[in-house]
Amino acid sequence: MYRLLKQIVRTGIKTEPPPSADEALRVVQQRLKAEILGVFAGSLAIRAVDAGSCNGCELEIHMLNNPYYNLEGLGIKFVASPRHADMLLVTGPVSRNMEVALRRTYDATPEPKLVVAVGDCGCTGGVFGESYASCGRVANVIPVDVAVPGCPPTPIALMQGILTAISAGAGR
Amino acid sequence: MALEGLRLAMTALPGGVPAWHARAEPARLRELAGAIAARAGRLAALWGSDERDRGAGFALHAAFVVDASLLWVEAPLDAERPRYPDLAATFPCADRMQRALRDLLGIEAEGAYDQRAWLRHGAWPADAFPLRRDVPAGETWPNQVEPYAFVQVEGDGVHEIPVGPVHAGIIEPGHFRFSIVGEKVLRLEQRLGYVHKGIDKRFESMSVIEGARLAGRVSGDSTVAYAWAYSMAAESIAQSTPPARALWMRALALERERIANHLGDLGYLGNDGGLAFGLAQFLRLKEDVLRLNARLFGHRYLMDVVVPGGVARDLDPAGGEALLAQCAALEAELAVVRDIYDDHAGLQDRFLTCGIVSPELAARLGVIGLAGRASGQPWDARVAPSFEPYDRLAVNMKLARAGDVAARVGIRFDEIAESIRLIRSIVEQIPGGAIATDVPGSPTGRGIGWVEGWRGESIVALEVADGRIRRAHAHDPSWQNWPALEHAVIGNIVPDFPLINKSFNLSYSGQDS
Repeated sequence: MYRLLKQIVRTGIKTEPPPSADEALRVVQQRLKAEILGVFAGSLAIRAVDAGSCNGCELEIHMLNNPYYNLEGLGIKFVASPRHADMLLVTGPVSRNMEVALRRTYDATPEPKLVVAVGDCGCTGGVFGESYASCGRVANVIPVDVAVPGCPPTPIALMQGILTAISAGAGR
Repeated sequence: MALEGLRLAMTALPGGVPAWHARAEPARLRELAGAIAARAGRLAALWGSDERDRGAGFALHAAFVVDASLLWVEAPLDAERPRYPDLAATFPCADRMQRALRDLLGIEAEGAYDQRAWLRHGAWPADAFPLRRDVPAGETWPNQVEPYAFVQVEGDGVHEIPVGPVHAGIIEPGHFRFSIVGEKVLRLEQRLGYVHKGIDKRFESMSVIEGARLAGRVSGDSTVAYAWAYSMAAESIAQSTPPARALWMRALALERERIANHLGDLGYLGNDGGLAFGLAQFLRLKEDVLRLNARLFGHRYLMDVVVPGGVARDLDPAGGEALLAQCAALEAELAVVRDIYDDHAGLQDRFLTCGIVSPELAARLGVIGLAGRASGQPWDARVAPSFEPYDRLAVNMKLARAGDVAARVGIRFDEIAESIRLIRSIVEQIPGGAIATDVPGSPTGRGIGWVEGWRGESIVALEVADGRIRRAHAHDPSWQNWPALEHAVIGNIVPDFPLINKSFNLSYSGQDS
């Protein structure tokens, strides 16, 4: 136990300042009212859904919780059920074998809800495109609020996308 | 040499690994499989192709590892009634691959025990075969999800827990059906294929150069392994050899990929064992590795660093110094954290005797990669056959026999240490010169690549006509190892499943492709 505590003290606090929202990532204008966004901004629950990705985007979503980015320090946490979620963070392309599961997950998420599409494949279908096995981008299956490109997007880009989705945005 | 006794007319395939191509009538396949098994060989990959546009029928392709060589056997099949004898009786790992082959190409294993669909969940009808060449690349069918007949376990107090495809954690989708009594798992049945993206079909609309990018995305955590295996196959076809410096750079990238993945998994193994400290520590160390990757190679996960002909980024002396400094820092940190893991009674209580795959079972199932080595299976393509530059670096293979979570954790720690040693040797000994050579733009022929990634071996088989991909198949080691996970959880309690699963960390995307 002594060595464990010593290692924690020796490591110190690694957390870096978070990025700001980036309006360029927004797909549709902010639909949610300021009061709701105020609640989300203090405590946002995210359900991550891999709808067909190569697992590259998941690697970076995992890294959001490392001490450098410390997403949970911003009051944003990942939850195990869509019924507990305010936001779906969806990676793609959406495989046809995941199409129904993704729709059901979306339907199971209570309103008001937000959807962030992650990665080049989530944004456009990417290198996999559309085919007998792939529906392509996430927006082909469920409505998307914010899309974060990248292969995979860095943790900073992911944080920007999440923060953009819960910010009021321009013109409000 | 064991290959000689197989009575096959073999053609050597040029390139980085010893590989042979041979044709065999389907009627011979079962006897051939038996002869290979008797020579301590194993089935490495199984795929098929449609040759009807060439005036033939279909073909079954099997890659075997015999005598530290890759033997690619091609069996011609009838155009109207494409059948071949079941190979799963000899090599159990063939079962799911055979089912996938039927789903995609309509070629069938006669006498196979399990006839259920594997990759086809209803996105295309049972009488349509999307990988056939007369099916256009853009063809789609209405998606009608079909029920799947899970094996039922009956008895007093037995009930089922269905999990997935959308999992509670941030992991890839798949379905696990547990049959349990109280907390004890009687049976686990996996159903995969949810992230089938039609990669093989997609390859067929690409040039041999474009295909490298897709190969690097078969399984994102193994992008270096796949890009290298693909490039090896492409270079074999083009009969071009990358400069020595490029091969050393590839090995550098592959070992950094191994370290990054092991670090992440060791963190999650601590977390799943109830020690959140481990997750914070290991993800911090992994982030340091990723940041240096971004600085030196332009990508945190090293995607598109390996390209046909060589590598896309060179290393300067300052980069070499940074790598050595990180090796030293990582080594010091790992010594501390490994001690904490080893001494933590609660964690060891979770790890030891949990999720055992005995060496006998591992041998029967053909378990490979790090999970195989944790169960006494001495397979590592970096060691045998070895390929440049590993033949000069002399990799020390790490083996354990306990086959439990603790053994897989131990192998990961040991392999990180070995990768650190390899990276030091690479930085010190890397030859100078160019980092890439031109690959001829329009080659024709077939080639195969075989690379030991962090999870196990990645194999890419490639057939190219005038620079366009005619058929490409990327094989993930998870095909072999997923069935072992079903066995590993038997008799364990349900809450230990996440821990056991993470200790393997198999790829869904690579298997489903």
